[in-house]
Amino acid sequence: MENLLSVQNLTKRFGPVTANDGVNLEVRKGEIHCLFGENGAGKSTLSSCLYGYYRADSGVIRFKGEVAELNSPADALRLGIGMVHQHFVLVSNFTVLENIIVGSAETGLFLTKSDARRKISELCENCGIRIDLDREIWELSVGEQQWVEILKALYFGAELLILDEPTAVLTPQQSDQLFRILDGMRKRGLSIILISHKLREVMQSDRVTILRKGRAIATVETSETTAEAITSLMVGHKVNKHVRDRSVEPTGEVLAVDRACAIGEWGEDILKDVSFNIAHHEILGLAGVAGNGQKELFETLMGVRALSSGGFSLEGELITKPTSREMLDRGIGFVPDDRFLEGLIPEFGTAENLILGWQRAREYCRGPFLDRRKMDALARRKIEEFKVVTASADLPVERLSGGNAQRIILAREFLHSRGLLLANQPTRGLDVAASEFVYEKILEKRASGFAVLLASEELDDLLRLCDRIAVIFKGRIMGIVRPEETTLLELGMMMAGDASDVQRTVQ
Amino acid sequence: MLELMQGPLLISILAAMVRIATPLLFSAMGELVTQRAGIWNISVEGTMLLGAVVAYVVASTTGSPWLALLVAVFACALISLIMSFVTIVLKAEQFVAGLALNLLASGLTLFWFQTYVIGREPPKFAGFEQVDIPFLSDIPILGPVLFSQRALTYVSFLLPPLVWFFLYRTRYGLEVRCVGENPKALDVKGLGVGRRQCLAIMFGSLMSGLGGAFLMLGYSDRFVPDLIAGRGWLVVVAIIAGNWMPFRIVGAIFIFALLEAVGIHAQVVGVAIPHHVFLVLPYVASLALLAGLRSRTHQPVALGVPYSRE
Ligand SMILES: Nc1ncnc2c1ncn2[C@@H]1O[C@H](COP(=O)(O)OP(=O)(O)OP(=O)(O)O)[C@@H](O)[C@H]1O
Ligand SMILES: [Mg+2]
Repeated sequence: MENLLSVQNLTKRFGPVTANDGVNLEVRKGEIHCLFGENGAGKSTLSSCLYGYYRADSGVIRFKGEVAELNSPADALRLGIGMVHQHFVLVSNFTVLENIIVGSAETGLFLTKSDARRKISELCENCGIRIDLDREIWELSVGEQQWVEILKALYFGAELLILDEPTAVLTPQQSDQLFRILDGMRKRGLSIILISHKLREVMQSDRVTILRKGRAIATVETSETTAEAITSLMVGHKVNKHVRDRSVEPTGEVLAVDRACAIGEWGEDILKDVSFNIAHHEILGLAGVAGNGQKELFETLMGVRALSSGGFSLEGELITKPTSREMLDRGIGFVPDDRFLEGLIPEFGTAENLILGWQRAREYCRGPFLDRRKMDALARRKIEEFKVVTASADLPVERLSGGNAQRIILAREFLHSRGLLLANQPTRGLDVAASEFVYEKILEKRASGFAVLLASEELDDLLRLCDRIAVIFKGRIMGIVRPEETTLLELGMMMAGDASDVQRTVQ
Repeated sequence: MLELMQGPLLISILAAMVRIATPLLFSAMGELVTQRAGIWNISVEGTMLLGAVVAYVVASTTGSPWLALLVAVFACALISLIMSFVTIVLKAEQFVAGLALNLLASGLTLFWFQTYVIGREPPKFAGFEQVDIPFLSDIPILGPVLFSQRALTYVSFLLPPLVWFFLYRTRYGLEVRCVGENPKALDVKGLGVGRRQCLAIMFGSLMSGLGGAFLMLGYSDRFVPDLIAGRGWLVVVAIIAGNWMPFRIVGAIFIFALLEAVGIHAQVVGVAIPHHVFLVLPYVASLALLAGLRSRTHQPVALGVPYSRE
């Protein structure tokens, strides 16, 4: 089969960091080609070089047999290379339509949108994407925003489409839908480079190239390999899947939520009569499609969003008007779902991020000043313990790869929390090994007596980790089930709001 | 205070308001486009001053106000290349670059003024004359307020709708707003961010120059170094108070202008309120406006943030 794209010896450095080190890659016409590698392996950098967004320091890129000079995305677009970036590149107060058409000359000088609207509506229909073109981006859920990004690329109509972790924020159902779209494209002879950390998706590709520490170490035919094989190629050793220790039984009660309700900005119910409890030594899973109130539930528990009625009790003490300061002081650990927006201050270094929220604590201060020496010592300890890959403790965390940034949040929350840990999508965007690391740490907390609320869209993971799983849909708890008494199908139905014959709640 | 409300005086106040507001409209609409492209160019004051100086020199040597206007606008467009180079190519702090330009403009002006102007016979020059629009200028109250003004005043009335149309109804306007909100979003579509920002700075600068030149040629008979007297800063405040929306900015400017007009007339009539109170009124008003309008901010998200890929 002929090669659409061939990359030889591509090297890209950022200062002292070599993100891509002599990478070779070949993409055939009409294939889905996966890039698979740990966080920080250089997948995004490679894609950005192929898209002309970054300029490679050296190396040759051939497209359709001819050497391609890729100095800017304009060059890539002209050749027929499109890309969906890992982090959204959307204008949040533009409408969906405006985000798609901005920069295209087709609308003419006076923004005649009708043609574009028709074309996009058709595209949506063919792909089975339902989205209101006139809503502004900030009103959409992250999943919907991801569809907008995908639509932007499809609208342009590329011959080679690069998708950098498009499914990180999609549900399994949505990811299946994306794969149906990609499959259609593949049949039409288009090629796709797909980056994903989810093995289920990687295994649907034609070929996989494995990157490790900036080098492409192997390219394999997917049909001739297994998920375990490519995982161990990627990390260099076997990855153990952790499961909860069933010999430890949950006891007592740490958190009891009683008919909690919250109202949204337009007066709609975002949480409706939410009740559940979590014991010591227990992980309660929270399953649900993103945007069904998970984020709001975490926010109310952390005291950053007001309850309209109901309340919760912590270690038996009733709390109706929580404040975030109080919740921090009570030792609740919180891992938010958006790490750079809510979990970290991107411009700060590791040391500063590690004490965020506890900067007033005596142990990090000397009089009115921060005690740099203690902070640095702490940073050094935690970098080692959590195996954070960073050039120094002062490097702004925005320069770290997603997995490494996540480790800093975990290190901070684990260090300061006592008794209760709230984790919202803690493994989003993390590679297989990093996810397992996070799970291992959470299980350690369970073993030491913590109560954990763990929200995730990865049902397989919830099933092996959790003592019980609550399913949330449109702000309501559809039911709470035990992993050994349920199935993926049942969970899926409850997540879609159909609980007609599964309505039950186990204590 | 009551005497200010009387007929002829009221008309005079309103006419003064329009006179004060319109040069500012040019600067404000220009600066709005610049800021919508994500560049916080605070050199409005200095650029207006430059426009005024150039207009004064050309008008007094050639005697043609229109030529003076043209040269002033051209000079300000040229000067904007400094701002573009420093902020887009060197990616320097925009605020600092703007401040530096302001200081440079006022310093050079003072130097020029003290060396070449002071102590000499002030040259005669012809400014813009009042143009009465037939029939319309005869309407009571409205006529003298709106239709017995300078030609450029009438142009300035058209400007906000034009800028609005450009920003919200044309492809280039959408691209400019996109650059101010998220430059990467335009960059990844293969369109140049720097070029658009450079053009936006140039537009803002030439409009500021136009405003300054208009102030000089329309309403002054001689040059004084503090001709602009903080109006450039008022423009920047008006943009914030107007929440980066064209018509709200126009509203803010007219409120400032009204306050100033009242201040001037109060002085003439001899109201027993110190003059300085009226001088601070526009600023107090803008603070009140800012605190009062608690709507969603329309400040461009990437305003003042230099853009680079790596
Ligand atoms: N703009 C930048 N400046 C400095 N270093 C960078 C920059 N972008 C990436 N890096 C570094 O280059 C390496 C590769 O990063 P890259 O984002 O390509 O990884 P990735 O494989 O996409 O990881 P992830 O799975 O977390 O998205 C990392 O070590 C990262 O810290
Ligand atoms: Mg990446």
